Amino acid sequence: MTKTKKETLLDVKDVSLGYEDGAIIEHLSFTVQAGDYLCIVGENGSGKTTLMKTLLGLQEPLAGTIERSAALKDNAIGWLPQQTVVQRDFPASVREIVLSGCLNRTGRYPFYRKEEKERADRAMARLGITHLKDRCYRELSGGQQQRVLLARALCAAEQVLLLDEPVTGLDPKVSMELYEMIRQLNRSGITIIMISHDIASAVQEATHILHIGQNIFFGTKEAYTNSRMGKYFLGTEESGE
Amino acid sequence: MERLFTYLQYPFVRYALIVGVLIALCSSLLGVTLVLKRFSFIGDGLSHVAFGGIAIAGVLNVSNDMLVVLPVTVISAVLLLRTGQNKKIRGDAAIAMISVAALAFGYLLMNMFPTSSNLSGDVCSTLFGSTSILTLSIREVWLCIVLAAAVLAMYVLYYNRIFAVTFDESFAQACGTKADRYNLLIAVITAVIIVLAMNLVGSLLCSALIIFPALSAMRLYHSFRNVTIASAVLGVVSALAGLILAILTDLPVGSAIVAVQVLVFGICCILEKHI
Repeated sequence: MTKTKKETLLDVKDVSLGYEDGAIIEHLSFTVQAGDYLCIVGENGSGKTTLMKTLLGLQEPLAGTIERSAALKDNAIGWLPQQTVVQRDFPASVREIVLSGCLNRTGRYPFYRKEEKERADRAMARLGITHLKDRCYRELSGGQQQRVLLARALCAAEQVLLLDEPVTGLDPKVSMELYEMIRQLNRSGITIIMISHDIASAVQEATHILHIGQNIFFGTKEAYTNSRMGKYFLGTEESGE
Repeated sequence: MERLFTYLQYPFVRYALIVGVLIALCSSLLGVTLVLKRFSFIGDGLSHVAFGGIAIAGVLNVSNDMLVVLPVTVISAVLLLRTGQNKKIRGDAAIAMISVAALAFGYLLMNMFPTSSNLSGDVCSTLFGSTSILTLSIREVWLCIVLAAAVLAMYVLYYNRIFAVTFDESFAQACGTKADRYNLLIAVITAVIIVLAMNLVGSLLCSALIIFPALSAMRLYHSFRNVTIASAVLGVVSALAGLILAILTDLPVGSAIVAVQVLVFGICCILEKHI
Protein backbone atom coordinates (compact mmCIF):
# COMPACT_ATOMS: atom_id res chain seq x y z
CA MET A 1 0.00 0.00 0.00
CA THR A 2 2.88 2.42 -0.59
CA LYS A 3 1.78 5.43 -2.50
CA THR A 4 4.09 6.41 -5.29
CA LYS A 5 3.06 10.03 -5.26
CA LYS A 6 2.24 11.62 -1.96
CA GLU A 7 -0.55 14.09 -1.69
CA THR A 8 0.44 17.54 -0.45
CA LEU A 9 -1.82 18.43 2.47
CA LEU A 10 -0.42 21.78 3.47
CA ASP A 11 1.64 24.15 1.40
CA VAL A 12 2.94 27.12 3.35
CA LYS A 13 4.46 29.75 1.10
CA ASP A 14 6.54 32.70 2.26
CA VAL A 15 4.40 33.29 5.30
CA SER A 16 4.96 35.94 7.96
CA LEU A 17 3.43 35.34 11.34
CA GLY A 18 2.90 37.47 14.38
CA TYR A 19 0.66 40.12 15.81
CA GLU A 20 -0.19 43.61 14.68
CA ASP A 21 2.80 45.12 16.43
CA GLY A 22 5.34 43.01 14.64
CA ALA A 23 6.16 39.76 12.89
CA ILE A 24 7.73 36.93 14.86
CA ILE A 25 8.59 34.78 11.87
CA GLU A 26 9.15 35.97 8.33
CA HIS A 27 9.51 34.19 4.99
CA LEU A 28 8.50 30.79 6.26
CA SER A 29 7.88 28.11 3.64
CA PHE A 30 7.32 24.42 4.08
CA THR A 31 5.06 21.63 2.91
CA VAL A 32 3.38 18.75 4.66
CA GLN A 33 2.61 15.62 2.68
CA ALA A 34 0.29 12.80 3.56
CA GLY A 35 1.96 10.35 5.91
CA ASP A 36 4.66 12.76 7.06
CA TYR A 37 5.73 13.04 10.67
CA LEU A 38 6.81 16.65 10.99
CA CYS A 39 8.35 18.04 14.13
CA ILE A 40 8.34 21.78 14.65
CA VAL A 41 11.11 22.72 17.04
CA GLY A 42 12.41 26.03 18.29
CA GLU A 43 13.15 27.93 21.45
CA ASN A 44 10.48 29.51 23.60
CA GLY A 45 9.21 32.66 21.95
CA SER A 46 10.28 31.57 18.49
CA GLY A 47 6.68 31.52 17.32
CA LYS A 48 5.76 27.85 17.58
CA THR A 49 2.42 28.62 19.19
CA THR A 50 1.65 31.34 16.67
CA LEU A 51 2.45 28.98 13.81
CA MET A 52 0.21 26.33 15.35
CA LYS A 53 -2.69 28.74 15.71
CA THR A 54 -2.26 29.80 12.11
CA LEU A 55 -2.25 26.21 10.86
CA LEU A 56 -5.43 25.61 12.84
CA GLY A 57 -7.06 28.64 11.31
CA LEU A 58 -7.41 30.46 14.63
CA GLN A 59 -5.21 33.27 13.38
CA GLU A 60 -4.51 34.79 9.98
CA PRO A 61 -0.95 35.06 8.65
CA LEU A 62 0.36 38.63 8.21
CA ALA A 63 1.63 37.81 4.73
CA GLY A 64 2.01 34.83 2.42
CA THR A 65 -0.38 31.99 1.71
CA ILE A 66 -1.25 28.65 3.23
CA GLU A 67 -2.79 26.25 0.76
CA ARG A 68 -4.76 23.34 2.12
CA SER A 69 -5.62 20.25 0.13
CA ALA A 70 -9.26 19.66 -0.68
CA ALA A 71 -9.46 16.92 1.93
CA LEU A 72 -8.21 19.26 4.63
CA LYS A 73 -10.68 21.97 3.82
CA ASP A 74 -13.69 19.91 4.80
CA ASN A 75 -12.06 18.33 7.77
CA ALA A 76 -10.41 20.34 10.45
CA ILE A 77 -7.00 19.35 11.73
CA GLY A 78 -7.21 17.18 14.83
CA TRP A 79 -5.57 19.12 17.58
CA LEU A 80 -4.01 18.00 20.84
CA PRO A 81 -3.72 21.26 22.75
CA GLN A 82 -1.82 21.76 25.96
CA GLN A 83 -3.96 21.30 29.02
CA THR A 84 -5.60 24.35 30.51
CA VAL A 85 -6.12 25.08 34.19
CA VAL A 86 -9.86 24.72 33.71
CA GLN A 87 -9.52 21.11 32.58
CA ARG A 88 -7.56 19.86 35.54
CA ASP A 89 -10.56 19.67 37.84
CA PHE A 90 -13.29 19.45 35.24
CA PRO A 91 -16.08 17.01 36.07
CA ALA A 92 -16.50 15.15 32.80
CA SER A 93 -16.39 11.50 31.83
CA VAL A 94 -13.87 10.28 29.28
CA ARG A 95 -16.67 9.45 26.86
CA GLU A 96 -18.15 12.95 27.05
CA ILE A 97 -14.80 14.49 26.21
CA VAL A 98 -14.01 12.15 23.32
CA LEU A 99 -17.49 12.64 21.94
CA SER A 100 -17.05 16.40 21.99
CA GLY A 101 -14.46 15.91 19.23
CA CYS A 102 -17.32 14.84 16.94
CA LEU A 103 -19.10 18.14 17.34
CA ASN A 104 -18.02 19.43 13.93
CA ARG A 105 -19.73 16.43 12.33
CA THR A 106 -23.16 17.09 13.72
CA GLY A 107 -23.74 20.19 11.61
CA ARG A 108 -26.83 21.99 12.75
CA TYR A 109 -28.28 18.95 14.49
CA PRO A 110 -28.12 19.61 18.23
CA PHE A 111 -27.35 16.10 19.48
CA TYR A 112 -24.92 13.28 18.73
CA ARG A 113 -26.23 10.58 16.42
CA LYS A 114 -25.36 6.91 16.42
CA GLU A 115 -22.56 7.35 13.90
CA GLU A 116 -20.80 9.94 16.07
CA LYS A 117 -21.10 7.72 19.11
CA GLU A 118 -19.61 4.80 17.18
CA ARG A 119 -16.85 7.05 15.97
CA ALA A 120 -16.00 8.02 19.54
CA ASP A 121 -16.03 4.35 20.55
CA ARG A 122 -13.63 3.51 17.72
CA ALA A 123 -11.27 6.33 18.69
CA MET A 124 -11.25 5.15 22.29
CA ALA A 125 -10.56 1.57 21.21
CA ARG A 126 -7.72 2.73 18.97
CA LEU A 127 -5.99 4.45 21.89
CA GLY A 128 -6.72 1.68 24.34
CA ILE A 129 -8.88 3.72 26.69
CA THR A 130 -12.21 1.95 26.22
CA HIS A 131 -12.05 0.62 29.78
CA LEU A 132 -11.80 4.18 31.09
CA LYS A 133 -14.81 5.48 29.26
CA ASP A 134 -16.99 6.16 32.31
CA ARG A 135 -14.15 7.36 34.48
CA CYS A 136 -13.84 10.98 35.47
CA TYR A 137 -11.24 12.87 33.48
CA ARG A 138 -9.72 14.68 36.46
CA GLU A 139 -8.99 11.37 38.22
CA LEU A 140 -6.86 10.01 35.38
CA SER A 141 -3.08 10.08 35.23
CA GLY A 142 -1.33 12.57 32.96
CA GLY A 143 -0.63 9.95 30.30
CA GLN A 144 -4.22 8.71 30.30
CA GLN A 145 -5.49 12.29 30.00
CA GLN A 146 -3.29 12.82 26.94
CA ARG A 147 -4.74 9.67 25.37
CA VAL A 148 -8.24 10.95 25.99
CA LEU A 149 -7.43 14.23 24.28
CA LEU A 150 -5.74 12.34 21.43
CA ALA A 151 -8.90 10.28 20.97
CA ARG A 152 -10.89 13.50 20.86
CA ALA A 153 -8.51 14.86 18.21
CA LEU A 154 -8.99 11.64 16.20
CA CYS A 155 -12.74 12.17 16.33
CA ALA A 156 -12.36 15.63 14.90
CA ALA A 157 -10.12 14.61 12.00
CA GLU A 158 -8.57 11.43 10.77
CA GLN A 159 -5.99 12.74 8.33
CA VAL A 160 -3.82 15.16 10.24
CA LEU A 161 -3.10 15.49 13.93
CA LEU A 162 -1.39 18.54 15.34
CA LEU A 163 0.18 17.85 18.72
CA ASP A 164 1.29 20.68 20.96
CA GLU A 165 4.10 19.55 23.27
CA PRO A 166 2.33 16.26 23.97
CA VAL A 167 4.75 14.92 26.58
CA THR A 168 5.00 18.03 28.76
CA GLY A 169 4.69 17.06 32.40
CA LEU A 170 4.78 13.31 31.76
CA ASP A 171 7.40 11.07 33.30
CA PRO A 172 9.94 9.42 30.95
CA LYS A 173 8.23 6.03 30.78
CA VAL A 174 4.80 7.48 30.02
CA SER A 175 6.38 9.84 27.50
CA MET A 176 7.90 6.87 25.69
CA GLU A 177 4.57 5.10 25.61
CA LEU A 178 2.89 8.18 24.20
CA TYR A 179 5.58 8.55 21.51
CA GLU A 180 5.03 4.90 20.64
CA MET A 181 1.29 5.52 20.38
CA ILE A 182 1.88 8.49 18.08
CA ARG A 183 4.29 6.42 15.96
CA GLN A 184 1.60 3.76 15.56
CA LEU A 185 -0.95 6.35 14.49
CA ASN A 186 1.55 7.68 11.98
CA ARG A 187 2.20 4.19 10.59
CA SER A 188 -1.52 3.65 10.13
CA GLY A 189 -1.52 6.58 7.72
CA ILE A 190 -2.19 9.62 9.87
CA THR A 191 -0.05 12.66 9.20
CA ILE A 192 1.50 14.01 12.37
CA ILE A 193 2.63 17.56 13.04
CA MET A 194 4.22 17.81 16.46
CA ILE A 195 5.41 20.90 18.25
CA SER A 196 8.21 20.22 20.66
CA HIS A 197 11.11 21.88 22.38
CA ASP A 198 12.82 18.54 22.87
CA ILE A 199 14.98 18.44 19.74
CA ALA A 200 16.63 15.11 20.55
CA SER A 201 13.43 13.09 20.68
CA ALA A 202 11.98 15.10 17.79
CA VAL A 203 14.84 13.92 15.59
CA GLN A 204 14.34 10.39 16.83
CA GLU A 205 10.63 10.31 16.02
CA ALA A 206 10.04 12.52 13.02
CA THR A 207 10.57 12.16 9.30
CA HIS A 208 10.81 15.90 8.74
CA ILE A 209 12.03 18.77 10.89
CA LEU A 210 11.04 22.41 10.82
CA HIS A 211 13.30 24.46 13.04
CA ILE A 212 12.16 28.02 13.58
CA GLY A 213 14.00 30.82 15.29
CA GLN A 214 16.64 33.22 14.07
CA ASN A 215 17.43 30.79 11.27
CA ILE A 216 14.81 28.62 9.69
CA PHE A 217 15.46 25.06 8.61
CA PHE A 218 13.05 22.78 6.84
CA GLY A 219 13.89 19.38 5.49
CA THR A 220 14.07 15.70 6.22
CA LYS A 221 15.41 14.44 9.50
CA GLU A 222 18.57 13.21 7.80
CA ALA A 223 19.26 16.58 6.24
CA TYR A 224 18.72 18.24 9.60
CA THR A 225 21.13 16.02 11.50
CA ASN A 226 23.76 16.73 8.84
CA SER A 227 23.17 20.47 8.74
CA ARG A 228 25.23 22.90 10.80
CA MET A 229 22.14 24.03 12.63
CA GLY A 230 21.11 20.51 13.47
CA LYS A 231 24.58 19.56 14.61
CA TYR A 232 24.75 22.60 16.82
CA PHE A 233 21.42 22.04 18.50
CA LEU A 234 21.89 18.31 18.79
CA GLY A 235 25.28 18.91 20.36
CA THR A 236 27.07 16.66 17.87
CA GLU A 237 29.38 19.53 16.95
CA GLU A 238 31.16 21.60 19.54
CA SER A 239 31.30 25.01 17.87
CA GLY A 240 28.13 26.31 16.36
CA GLU A 241 27.09 29.75 15.36
CA MET B 1 -48.16 21.20 57.34
CA GLU B 2 -51.74 22.30 57.57
CA ARG B 3 -50.56 25.88 57.67
CA LEU B 4 -48.65 25.31 54.47
CA PHE B 5 -51.76 24.10 52.68
CA THR B 6 -53.73 27.08 53.93
CA TYR B 7 -51.04 29.32 52.52
CA LEU B 8 -51.01 27.46 49.22
CA GLN B 9 -54.59 28.49 48.65
CA TYR B 10 -53.44 32.06 48.16
CA PRO B 11 -52.46 32.68 44.57
CA PHE B 12 -49.52 34.92 45.54
CA VAL B 13 -47.92 32.04 47.44
CA ARG B 14 -48.36 29.72 44.47
CA TYR B 15 -46.89 32.38 42.13
CA ALA B 16 -43.92 32.79 44.42
CA LEU B 17 -43.29 29.05 44.45
CA ILE B 18 -43.59 28.71 40.65
CA VAL B 19 -41.31 31.66 39.95
CA GLY B 20 -38.87 30.61 42.64
CA VAL B 21 -38.52 27.11 41.24
CA LEU B 22 -38.10 28.33 37.66
CA ILE B 23 -35.45 30.87 38.58
CA ALA B 24 -33.57 28.35 40.68
CA LEU B 25 -33.70 25.81 37.84
CA CYS B 26 -32.29 28.19 35.23
CA SER B 27 -29.61 29.65 37.45
CA SER B 28 -28.39 26.29 38.68
CA LEU B 29 -28.10 24.95 35.11
CA LEU B 30 -26.11 27.94 34.01
CA GLY B 31 -24.06 27.87 37.21
CA VAL B 32 -22.28 24.69 36.12
CA THR B 33 -20.82 26.41 33.09
CA LEU B 34 -20.03 29.64 34.90
CA VAL B 35 -18.25 27.93 37.78
CA LEU B 36 -16.25 25.71 35.44
CA LYS B 37 -15.29 28.60 33.19
CA ARG B 38 -14.06 30.46 36.29
CA PHE B 39 -16.78 33.03 35.82
CA SER B 40 -18.39 32.70 39.25
CA PHE B 41 -17.84 36.35 39.96
CA ILE B 42 -19.61 37.52 36.85
CA GLY B 43 -22.92 36.72 38.51
CA ASP B 44 -21.93 38.80 41.48
CA GLY B 45 -20.74 41.71 39.36
CA LEU B 46 -23.84 41.67 37.18
CA SER B 47 -26.17 41.68 40.15
CA HIS B 48 -24.54 44.88 41.37
CA VAL B 49 -24.93 46.34 37.93
CA ALA B 50 -28.59 45.41 38.07
CA PHE B 51 -28.81 47.30 41.37
CA GLY B 52 -27.45 50.36 39.59
CA GLY B 53 -30.00 49.73 36.86
CA ILE B 54 -32.82 49.78 39.37
CA ALA B 55 -31.58 53.10 40.72
CA ILE B 56 -31.55 54.58 37.22
CA ALA B 57 -35.03 53.23 36.58
CA GLY B 58 -36.18 54.89 39.80
CA VAL B 59 -34.70 58.23 38.80
CA LEU B 60 -36.15 58.09 35.31
CA ASN B 61 -39.45 57.15 36.89
CA VAL B 62 -39.95 54.24 34.53
CA SER B 63 -43.04 52.28 35.45
CA ASN B 64 -41.48 48.92 34.66
CA ASP B 65 -37.98 48.49 36.12
CA MET B 66 -37.27 45.62 33.75
CA LEU B 67 -37.14 47.92 30.73
CA VAL B 68 -34.05 49.62 32.11
CA VAL B 69 -32.48 46.91 34.22
CA LEU B 70 -32.49 44.14 31.62
CA PRO B 71 -30.72 46.03 28.80
CA VAL B 72 -28.19 47.60 31.20
CA THR B 73 -27.32 44.21 32.67
CA VAL B 74 -27.12 42.46 29.29
CA ILE B 75 -24.78 45.14 27.92
CA SER B 76 -22.58 44.90 31.01
CA ALA B 77 -22.45 41.12 30.68
CA VAL B 78 -21.24 41.40 27.10
CA LEU B 79 -18.67 44.03 28.05
CA LEU B 80 -17.41 41.95 30.97
CA LEU B 81 -16.86 38.91 28.78
CA ARG B 82 -15.05 41.04 26.24
CA THR B 83 -12.66 42.49 28.80
CA GLY B 84 -12.06 38.98 30.06
CA GLN B 85 -10.12 38.45 26.84
CA ASN B 86 -8.43 41.83 27.02
CA LYS B 87 -4.90 41.65 28.34
CA LYS B 88 -4.76 45.17 29.79
CA ILE B 89 -7.54 44.83 32.34
CA ARG B 90 -7.81 41.31 33.66
CA GLY B 91 -11.25 39.79 33.85
CA ASP B 92 -11.46 39.64 37.63
CA ALA B 93 -10.30 43.22 38.04
CA ALA B 94 -12.84 44.39 35.47
CA ILE B 95 -15.64 42.64 37.34
CA ALA B 96 -14.57 44.15 40.66
CA MET B 97 -14.39 47.61 39.08
CA ILE B 98 -17.76 47.46 37.41
CA SER B 99 -19.56 45.94 40.35
CA VAL B 100 -18.44 48.42 43.02
CA ALA B 101 -18.85 51.33 40.63
CA ALA B 102 -22.42 50.27 39.88
CA LEU B 103 -23.20 49.91 43.59
CA ALA B 104 -21.76 53.32 44.44
CA PHE B 105 -23.46 55.16 41.58
CA GLY B 106 -26.70 53.36 42.24
CA TYR B 107 -26.74 54.44 45.86
CA LEU B 108 -25.70 57.99 44.95
CA LEU B 109 -28.52 58.27 42.44
CA MET B 110 -31.03 56.91 44.91
CA ASN B 111 -29.94 59.54 47.44
CA MET B 112 -29.89 62.41 44.97
CA PHE B 113 -33.32 61.66 43.59
CA PRO B 114 -35.19 59.89 46.35
CA THR B 115 -38.39 58.32 45.06
CA SER B 116 -39.87 57.40 48.41
CA SER B 117 -39.50 58.54 51.99
CA ASN B 118 -38.07 55.24 53.14
CA LEU B 119 -34.78 55.24 51.26
CA SER B 120 -32.83 52.83 53.43
CA GLY B 121 -35.78 50.43 53.33
CA ASP B 122 -35.73 50.55 49.53
CA VAL B 123 -32.01 49.95 49.36
CA CYS B 124 -32.15 47.12 51.84
CA SER B 125 -34.93 45.34 49.98
CA THR B 126 -33.13 45.74 46.65
CA LEU B 127 -29.94 44.33 48.08
CA PHE B 128 -31.28 41.49 50.16
CA GLY B 129 -34.50 40.68 48.40
CA SER B 130 -37.80 41.95 49.56
CA THR B 131 -41.29 40.71 49.75
CA SER B 132 -41.52 41.45 46.03
CA ILE B 133 -41.53 37.74 45.34
CA LEU B 134 -44.81 37.62 47.26
CA THR B 135 -46.35 40.52 45.38
CA LEU B 136 -45.92 39.19 41.85
CA SER B 137 -48.66 39.89 39.39
CA ILE B 138 -49.88 37.20 37.02
CA ARG B 139 -48.18 39.09 34.18
CA GLU B 140 -44.82 38.91 35.88
CA VAL B 141 -45.32 35.22 36.51
CA TRP B 142 -45.95 34.64 32.80
CA LEU B 143 -42.94 36.71 31.83
CA CYS B 144 -40.87 34.57 34.13
CA ILE B 145 -42.30 31.34 32.71
CA VAL B 146 -41.58 32.43 29.14
CA LEU B 147 -38.02 33.53 29.90
CA ALA B 148 -37.32 30.38 31.86
CA ALA B 149 -38.69 28.21 29.05
CA ALA B 150 -36.49 30.03 26.56
CA VAL B 151 -33.40 29.54 28.74
CA LEU B 152 -34.21 25.86 29.23
CA ALA B 153 -34.81 25.24 25.53
CA MET B 154 -31.58 26.98 24.65
CA TYR B 155 -29.69 24.97 27.22
CA VAL B 156 -31.00 21.63 25.99
CA LEU B 157 -30.47 22.43 22.31
CA TYR B 158 -26.97 23.77 22.80
CA TYR B 159 -25.99 21.38 25.59
CA ASN B 160 -23.26 19.61 23.60
CA ARG B 161 -21.86 22.86 22.32
CA ILE B 162 -21.92 24.43 25.75
CA PHE B 163 -20.00 21.43 27.04
CA ALA B 164 -17.40 21.71 24.28
CA VAL B 165 -16.92 25.43 24.73
CA THR B 166 -16.74 25.10 28.52
CA PHE B 167 -14.25 22.26 28.47
CA ASP B 168 -11.93 23.56 25.79
CA GLU B 169 -12.77 26.78 24.05
CA SER B 170 -9.76 26.83 21.70
CA PHE B 171 -10.28 23.25 20.58
CA ALA B 172 -13.94 23.90 19.86
CA GLN B 173 -12.93 26.96 17.90
CA ALA B 174 -10.30 25.06 15.92
CA CYS B 175 -13.01 22.53 15.02
CA GLY B 176 -15.19 25.24 13.60
CA THR B 177 -17.50 25.93 16.53
CA LYS B 178 -18.15 29.61 16.86
CA ALA B 179 -17.01 29.82 20.48
CA ASP B 180 -17.48 33.60 20.67
CA ARG B 181 -21.10 33.22 19.80
CA TYR B 182 -21.68 30.74 22.61
CA ASN B 183 -19.81 32.92 25.09
CA LEU B 184 -22.09 35.75 24.10
CA LEU B 185 -25.12 33.51 24.49
CA ILE B 186 -23.94 32.47 27.95
CA ALA B 187 -23.38 36.11 28.93
CA VAL B 188 -26.83 37.18 27.77
CA ILE B 189 -28.56 34.28 29.51
CA THR B 190 -26.62 35.02 32.69
CA ALA B 191 -27.78 38.62 32.62
CA VAL B 192 -31.41 37.60 32.09
CA ILE B 193 -31.26 35.12 34.94
CA ILE B 194 -29.62 37.61 37.30
CA VAL B 195 -32.36 40.13 36.66
CA LEU B 196 -35.03 37.49 37.29
CA ALA B 197 -33.23 36.18 40.37
CA MET B 198 -33.05 39.63 41.91
CA ASN B 199 -36.78 39.45 42.49
CA LEU B 200 -36.27 36.30 44.44
CA VAL B 201 -33.26 36.88 46.63
CA GLY B 202 -32.10 40.44 46.04
CA SER B 203 -29.02 41.65 44.25
CA LEU B 204 -26.40 40.85 46.88
CA LEU B 205 -27.47 37.25 47.21
CA CYS B 206 -28.42 36.24 43.71
CA SER B 207 -25.04 34.90 42.68
CA ALA B 208 -25.54 32.29 45.42
CA LEU B 209 -28.38 30.82 43.34
CA ILE B 210 -25.93 30.38 40.48
CA ILE B 211 -22.87 28.97 42.18
CA PHE B 212 -24.05 26.89 45.14
CA PRO B 213 -26.04 24.15 43.34
CA ALA B 214 -23.22 23.66 40.82
CA LEU B 215 -20.55 23.47 43.51
CA SER B 216 -22.63 21.03 45.55
CA ALA B 217 -23.27 18.82 42.51
CA MET B 218 -19.56 18.77 41.69
CA ARG B 219 -18.83 17.30 45.11
CA LEU B 220 -20.95 14.28 44.29
CA TYR B 221 -20.80 13.59 40.56
CA HIS B 222 -18.02 13.18 38.06
CA SER B 223 -19.55 13.51 34.64
CA PHE B 224 -20.79 16.73 33.13
CA ARG B 225 -24.26 15.37 32.47
CA ASN B 226 -24.73 14.12 36.01
CA VAL B 227 -23.36 17.33 37.48
CA THR B 228 -25.77 19.35 35.36
CA ILE B 229 -28.79 17.25 36.35
CA ALA B 230 -27.81 17.14 40.02
CA SER B 231 -27.22 20.88 40.03
CA ALA B 232 -30.70 21.50 38.65
CA VAL B 233 -32.29 19.16 41.18
CA LEU B 234 -30.39 20.59 44.14
CA GLY B 235 -31.14 24.14 43.00
CA VAL B 236 -34.87 23.48 42.75
CA VAL B 237 -35.08 21.56 46.02
CA SER B 238 -33.18 24.18 48.01
CA ALA B 239 -35.23 26.99 46.51
CA LEU B 240 -38.48 25.21 47.39
CA ALA B 241 -37.29 24.38 50.90
CA GLY B 242 -36.07 27.93 51.45
CA LEU B 243 -39.30 29.47 50.16
CA ILE B 244 -41.49 27.24 52.32
CA LEU B 245 -39.28 27.88 55.34
CA ALA B 246 -39.50 31.62 54.76
CA ILE B 247 -43.27 31.58 54.30
CA LEU B 248 -43.89 29.48 57.39
CA THR B 249 -41.51 31.30 59.69
CA ASP B 250 -41.93 34.79 58.27
CA LEU B 251 -38.20 35.11 57.56
CA PRO B 252 -36.76 36.94 54.52
CA VAL B 253 -37.05 34.73 51.42
CA GLY B 254 -33.62 35.42 49.93
CA SER B 255 -31.54 34.66 52.97
CA ALA B 256 -33.62 31.58 53.76
CA ILE B 257 -32.96 30.11 50.30
CA VAL B 258 -29.26 30.88 50.44
CA ALA B 259 -29.02 29.44 53.95
CA VAL B 260 -30.58 26.19 52.73
CA GLN B 261 -28.13 26.12 49.82
CA VAL B 262 -25.15 26.56 52.12
CA LEU B 263 -26.51 23.72 54.23
CA VAL B 264 -26.91 21.49 51.15
CA PHE B 265 -23.36 22.31 50.11
CA GLY B 266 -22.13 21.29 53.55
CA ILE B 267 -24.02 18.00 53.35
CA CYS B 268 -22.57 17.30 49.90
CA CYS B 269 -19.06 17.96 51.17
CA ILE B 270 -19.59 15.46 53.98
CA LEU B 271 -21.13 12.91 51.60
CA GLU B 272 -18.19 13.27 49.22
CA LYS B 273 -15.78 12.11 51.89
CA HIS B 274 -17.87 9.03 52.62
CA ILE B 275 -18.42 7.84 49.07
